[in-house]
Amino acid sequence: MKKVRLATVWLDGCSGCHMSLLDMDETILAIAKRVDVVYGPLVDAQEFPKLVDVTIIEGAVSSQDDLEKVRTIRQRSKLVVALGDCAVTANVPGMRNQIPPRKLLERIYVEGADQCRGVPAEGVPALLRQAVPVQEVVKVDLHVPGCPPPAQAIAYVLTELVEGRIPDLKSKVKFG
Amino acid sequence: MPEKVSIRIDGEYVAAHEGQTILEVARAGGKYIPTLCWLEGISSVGACRLCIVEVSGVGRLLPACTTPVQDGMSVTTQSEKLQHYRRIALEFLFAERNHQCAVCVSNNHCELQAMAQRLGVTSVRYPYAFPKLPVDLSHPRYVLDHNRCILCTRCVRVCAEVEGAHVWDVGGRGTRSLIVCDMNRPWGDAVNCTNCGKCVQVCPTGALAEKGFAVEEMVKHDRNITRLAARRGGPA
Ligand code: SF4
Ligand code: SF4
Ligand code: SF4
Ligand code: FES
Repeated sequence: MKKVRLATVWLDGCSGCHMSLLDMDETILAIAKRVDVVYGPLVDAQEFPKLVDVTIIEGAVSSQDDLEKVRTIRQRSKLVVALGDCAVTANVPGMRNQIPPRKLLERIYVEGADQCRGVPAEGVPALLRQAVPVQEVVKVDLHVPGCPPPAQAIAYVLTELVEGRIPDLKSKVKFG
Repeated sequence: MPEKVSIRIDGEYVAAHEGQTILEVARAGGKYIPTLCWLEGISSVGACRLCIVEVSGVGRLLPACTTPVQDGMSVTTQSEKLQHYRRIALEFLFAERNHQCAVCVSNNHCELQAMAQRLGVTSVRYPYAFPKLPVDLSHPRYVLDHNRCILCTRCVRVCAEVEGAHVWDVGGRGTRSLIVCDMNRPWGDAVNCTNCGKCVQVCPTGALAEKGFAVEEMVKHDRNITRLAARRGGPA
């Protein structure tokens, strides 16, 4: 049987959604047999592959780099899944949205620092004005809210997806 | 005695009497209609629009909590169309303010969050407003966090109708509307507030909470308010 090419991506989130993904006990073995993990924090690939069946995104879109990533992901993925409240609603990363990025960075890296004061400028992507949910930037095919979504919900989603079905989440998940 | 009327709810004939609302009659018959701003024991205002129903011959959807029954009325409480508009009404509530359930005092005890799950809302199709809103910490025992407020006005009504203090009102217009204390002063400076906590107990969200509670710890007891109101003879 042809394996599902699966990518996972970690944007502005805490990695809790990826932890929850790994927390589904033996179900993960059954799913592992059906998928090829072609990109993500769990594998070595540096470049986002050209053709992906399912991409799971954790985290809000918060920086210039995130923005470019999700656009590439959308172009190259058949199905995009927003996993967790940060990807679905902006959640905690969005709590900075009332403060202009420059003010925010100065508060933390200048006013709030004892040593090495100064806003980091090299090697880090610029922050967007606001952290936004993935669907405010590209089309999302499936939303899985939760902070993090429970492992059983993710297991259900993946099991359905590898069978070529779109999971019906309805009341199985909640925000928070 | 109020005059008896007969109406149909989802095809079934039910007896009612004049002066009752569609919601009252439906609930008495064991029918569930989603509600957020409505609370048994205080007056109904039709603020949230979750309880919309279809009434035959009426071209628009009507809130069940404020629409009085009329003889011969035929009401539909569940349909694709209603589900669609109820979800939209709920999504607006989320998009208008800042809700981060994961770090909210009311997480897992919140009527707004539970309603999203009940209606199968897993995302909000509109861009979030991310408004900049204050948190009033001036009261010695309670907090008002406008970020979580859905402007249901339960607090306004319970304080005026049950406690008789009328501390709260709605100030501003449209998306700038806010719950205000007295003539817009910090809650801690309110002259009438008796510190009874009724507003906190009826608030369906984490907008009103007791101080000293951490994430997920604020559990409300609005049934107590309903019982109290019933003993006093219902809404004013
Ligand atoms: S008030 Fe309810 S919906 Fe809003 S953040 Fe708190 S738990 Fe979530
Ligand atoms: S504590 Fe009681 S008196 Fe004070 S504002 Fe709330 S309901 Fe009104
Ligand atoms: S503070 Fe609570 S009870 Fe008052 S209007 Fe807002 S959500 Fe409703
Ligand atoms: S419950 Fe009827 S409008 Fe809110």
